[in-house]
Amino acid sequence: MKKVNPNIDKNNKVISLNGLKKSFDDFDVLRGVDLNLYQGENLVVLGRSGTGKSVLIKIISGLLKADEGVVNVLGSNMNRIAGRELDRLRLKIGFSFQNSALYDSMTIRENLEFPLVRNRKELGRKEIDNLVEVVLEAVGLSQTINQMPSELSGGQRKRIGIARTLILRPEIMLYDEPTAGLDPITSIEINNLINEVQTRFNTSSIIITHDLTCARDTGDRVVMLLDGQFQREGTFEEVFNTDDERVKSFYNYNFIK
Amino acid sequence: MRSKNENAGETRVRKYIISKRIDAVFTTLADIHFFIVRFFREVFFPPYEFKEIVRQCYEVGVKSLPLISLTGFIIGIVFTNQSRVSLAEFGATSWLPALISIAIVRALAPLVTALIAAGRVGSSIGAELGSMKVTEQIDAMEVSATNPFKFLVVTRVLATTFMTPALMMYVVFVALMGGYFNVHKNELTSFTAYFVQVFNAITFLDIFSSIIKSFVFGFTIGIVGCYKGYNSSKGTEGVGKAANSSVVTAMFLVFIEELLALQIIHAIRFA
Repeated sequence: MKKVNPNIDKNNKVISLNGLKKSFDDFDVLRGVDLNLYQGENLVVLGRSGTGKSVLIKIISGLLKADEGVVNVLGSNMNRIAGRELDRLRLKIGFSFQNSALYDSMTIRENLEFPLVRNRKELGRKEIDNLVEVVLEAVGLSQTINQMPSELSGGQRKRIGIARTLILRPEIMLYDEPTAGLDPITSIEINNLINEVQTRFNTSSIIITHDLTCARDTGDRVVMLLDGQFQREGTFEEVFNTDDERVKSFYNYNFIK
Repeated sequence: MRSKNENAGETRVRKYIISKRIDAVFTTLADIHFFIVRFFREVFFPPYEFKEIVRQCYEVGVKSLPLISLTGFIIGIVFTNQSRVSLAEFGATSWLPALISIAIVRALAPLVTALIAAGRVGSSIGAELGSMKVTEQIDAMEVSATNPFKFLVVTRVLATTFMTPALMMYVVFVALMGGYFNVHKNELTSFTAYFVQVFNAITFLDIFSSIIKSFVFGFTIGIVGCYKGYNSSKGTEGVGKAANSSVVTAMFLVFIEELLALQIIHAIRFA
């Protein structure tokens, strides 16, 4: 069980969602979601597949638009910004994708340089090389710098995906199923990396997962998404200390019987 | 025996399906329209991805050379050989260089180049962008504050638009050399005599119209490949469909454009 980070600033909301709604055709995925993420906090969003967890962070990052509700990220209303203003905000948000989303046609070095050379034009070659080395060292994969993504294992790809987001020094990290498809030992390594990123880079994070080990080991606070709304909120133990059959069955069938 | 109500119900369902399909066709046409408008909006404004444009030109142009060379040369030989039979009936085999030249410059080179580019480049663009879409690489670009449309679509469409005319000129040269190889072997025509006839037979309008046609074909191949790939869905099945329909749609449009161009050039020539 993770110890709650003592540096969480409860007076500083980095993300605030109010009455968020999203539908696809006739299917209501999110039915009025309210959520706050505080500075320095790791928030885990738990839920079964298809309950709209990924949709939630895609709305936060501006990849999808909400049908209704307010999405406030670092003081900006996501519904009202676009173009360069949105790009500037996105530089402060790191998004780690479920399948890593590394660019297949580029080496690991080029993958890591990609966001830098386009958004930090003031940097010289030496500074870029230095930043690449720092993030690769942070995820423990310095030796892979000249390899292609196809040459890496699933766990290594996840780490490089996280490194690529860290290179822009984001204030917020969004992890989409960070341990999906990984063996238990690699999953633990990724969980440790998420905690290390929180302390070393002072980030606030939303971790989307249905892996209860990941939720237990990385979350300062856990919320559970059921039927398009957050039904439970608290520490890992508080969330599962309930008589709600839907929550109990999630625990029983996914974690420890 | 079916009741009146059953028949009416079936008719309503049919009408509904037809109206849905018509709706889908117009929605797709509107999407393509917005896609093309977005291309022209993005192409003129910075940032410009020069390095990626050069890389794509290399992919489209240089990497197509082996296939284009072989195809062009064989077309030159085959066309000359097949034309000889007809001309020989009138004792006019000496007109072969002029005939080859007109056929290759006016129609064969632009069309063959476009069809090969649609097959090789169009499918590869459709598959690459489709795969990037389903593996969230396009989303990854967007969240890292990079405009994926500019980086992926604009660069590829520019590359196909500018490299197709260049490849077409190359095909003209290679096909004419194939023709010369055949003519020299059978009629013992000299290199100079062959090319004097070749250049005497074609006009500025022939060359100019072929270049313009190739620009249009190249743009079509690029935009179709990018549109299909960029909007692909349904996982790996979608990638395959994007690649396949990129080729089929691009080839179909190239033939339509060739037909339209033929009418326009004909009108200009005889105006």
